[in-house]
Amino acid sequence: MKQDRNAPTLLQRKGVQSLVASLLCIVIGLLIGFVVLLVINPTGAWVGIKTIVENFLYYPSGAARMKYLGSTLVKTAPLLMCSLSILFAYKVGLFNIGAAGQYVIGAGASLYFALGLGMPWYVCLLAAMAAGALLGGISGALKAYCNVNEVISCIMLNWISLYAVNMVLSTVKEVASPYTLTLSSTNPGAILPSLGLGKLFSNNQYVTIAIPLVVVMAILVWVVLEKTKFGYELKATGFNKYAARYCGMKEKRNIILTMVIAGGLAGMGAALFFLTGFEQWQCTQSSVPGMGFNGIAAAFLGGLNPIGAIFSSYFIQHITNGGAYLDKTMYSAQISDLISSLIIYLCGFVLFFKHFMDMRTAKKQERESVAAKAAEAAKAAEEVKTEEVSDDGKGGDQ
Amino acid sequence: MLLLIQYTLIFASVLMLVALGGCFSEHSGVINIGLEGIMVMGALGGALMMKFLPAGTSAPVMLLLVVLAAMALGLIYSLLLAVAAVNFKADQTLVGTAMNLLGTAAATVFVKAMNTAENASNVSSTIQYIDAKKAFLVNIGGFEFNWFMVLALAALVLAYVTLYKTRFGLRLCACGEHPQAADSVGINVYKMRYAGVLISGVLGGLGGVVYITAGVSEWKFENGVAGFGFLALAVMIFGQWKPTRIALAALVFGLFRALGNVYTGFDFLKALNLPSGVYNMLPYIISLVILAFTSKKSRAPKAEGVPYDKGQR
Repeated sequence: MKQDRNAPTLLQRKGVQSLVASLLCIVIGLLIGFVVLLVINPTGAWVGIKTIVENFLYYPSGAARMKYLGSTLVKTAPLLMCSLSILFAYKVGLFNIGAAGQYVIGAGASLYFALGLGMPWYVCLLAAMAAGALLGGISGALKAYCNVNEVISCIMLNWISLYAVNMVLSTVKEVASPYTLTLSSTNPGAILPSLGLGKLFSNNQYVTIAIPLVVVMAILVWVVLEKTKFGYELKATGFNKYAARYCGMKEKRNIILTMVIAGGLAGMGAALFFLTGFEQWQCTQSSVPGMGFNGIAAAFLGGLNPIGAIFSSYFIQHITNGGAYLDKTMYSAQISDLISSLIIYLCGFVLFFKHFMDMRTAKKQERESVAAKAAEAAKAAEEVKTEEVSDDGKGGDQ
Repeated sequence: MLLLIQYTLIFASVLMLVALGGCFSEHSGVINIGLEGIMVMGALGGALMMKFLPAGTSAPVMLLLVVLAAMALGLIYSLLLAVAAVNFKADQTLVGTAMNLLGTAAATVFVKAMNTAENASNVSSTIQYIDAKKAFLVNIGGFEFNWFMVLALAALVLAYVTLYKTRFGLRLCACGEHPQAADSVGINVYKMRYAGVLISGVLGGLGGVVYITAGVSEWKFENGVAGFGFLALAVMIFGQWKPTRIALAALVFGLFRALGNVYTGFDFLKALNLPSGVYNMLPYIISLVILAFTSKKSRAPKAEGVPYDKGQR
């Protein structure tokens, strides 16, 4: 029974390794979260971590569960878009921490076009994409032409866009509150169409075409990155921009284009969330919304694969929503943020996990091959011996 | 005007401390994006010390203990980066980002838990230190002199001497420029990188507590430190990784940051009638513009961000 030694074992397959590493991150993250709960208040810790992991299953009735599953999905859509934005840029060697700002400016553009200018939803969606793409493009151009590290420029733009959007949206806010006007009362035409999807989720009016649309976008990103010449060029630029230049690729154009696309994705995510009317923008916000940063967690947890990102985004949103159900007299909802940031931190070790798995299997194989060789050698020696024995024509004690 | 100088100096002190921290880390070859999170942790350490020291503590003791608490927490927190970046060769940008998120989340969870434990109806993430803060201030004719300004200046001198005049500093820089060469002459690159990151933790933590005591007497930890750690990174880049230039850059950035606090005191600025958001944006816009012009001839340590692998050639 001969086995091909070069065939990868289960643990050596890249996909399996990514999955195992991600699961490891999740388990360790949740474990540390559990310890934190234990330290804060030992009596409620088990119930607490269960609440976070259960999220909408917290409700006993099936209809309510479906409804809140719908709400979780509504918030997963923008998160997935942000994580697509980040992983797209990362594949090209750029760390798009600016997804947060591109998301903010997307929200600002879509809401201003909806509330201030009374545009229909598709115009608002395009405006958000354009705004995000513009912001991403600025970072890309600064990187390509002025050698400004994209992380720093993105962070500066995050804060600039937050204050700018606060100022712009203050013109369309409710008089008595810091929140923007509701879409349903001002411009119902700007609400994304539901196409009856809401009915599937116990009449959750916020479930719209956004959810199937983001899945399509994820597949599209995968196709562009893996199956097109354009995606190949972008990845080549990310790998070594000098090599890409010598091959005749326009590396500056590729860097800018990457950031434009990444920005567009994040901006679109914001529109797909705020145009459902699920939340209003708070014009006094003093910190950049965490959606873009959670996108980093989702992107890395999904093994930097667009399809993986679908599942990891859902998971991150699932535990973030679950945090909201925690008993507020004991724990704060930020425990979920704590867990997801721990997961991002642990994602830094993924390379090590994979290396470790490779080492394990390599060692095992080496041991096996050594054992096999030893067995063969022993067998050969035995054969020689038997031959010798038969040559002598004497009986042996075999 | 006096107020503007006062705020400029204190914000410049914060930026200088944190940027010098980043400078040490980057000279050793590790990018420290996590300064923001380190600042939050340092701020938390200092705030807790101010909260729990008895009211009658004398000013020098208070100052010393608060500074030590902030430094200690910053140091411990920066270990997260050191372990990941040096021992496990993790992606430094990713780990730094995680540390920023983790810093704010952990501080919020901790402060909220502490507040609710004291008083069940208090679910805020705010720590007050209005009385304790007075220990750092000396009032000189309307100008609030802050001891932290002296500390920042001392840090600057110390950083300059350490980086350029001591064996340790020169070795540190060697590890950020060409770690293989440094290793070949017997310098332990891993140890040096640990040292760089931990020094940045100490300075970042100190910067954090200076920041939350500048101008306010309570801090809401949900807000983190509002991007100041990143501003400090911009200061460091603008300062071309050199302590003296970092000090100048910190003053420029501090001035623009201070304008946001005190612009209502100037008649001609008030007459412009710009929304406050514009002043909030100003430091970030300025830093972006300055970075665009200065990054072309960047003097960044050559090996920064690249995990050191002994076996690699």
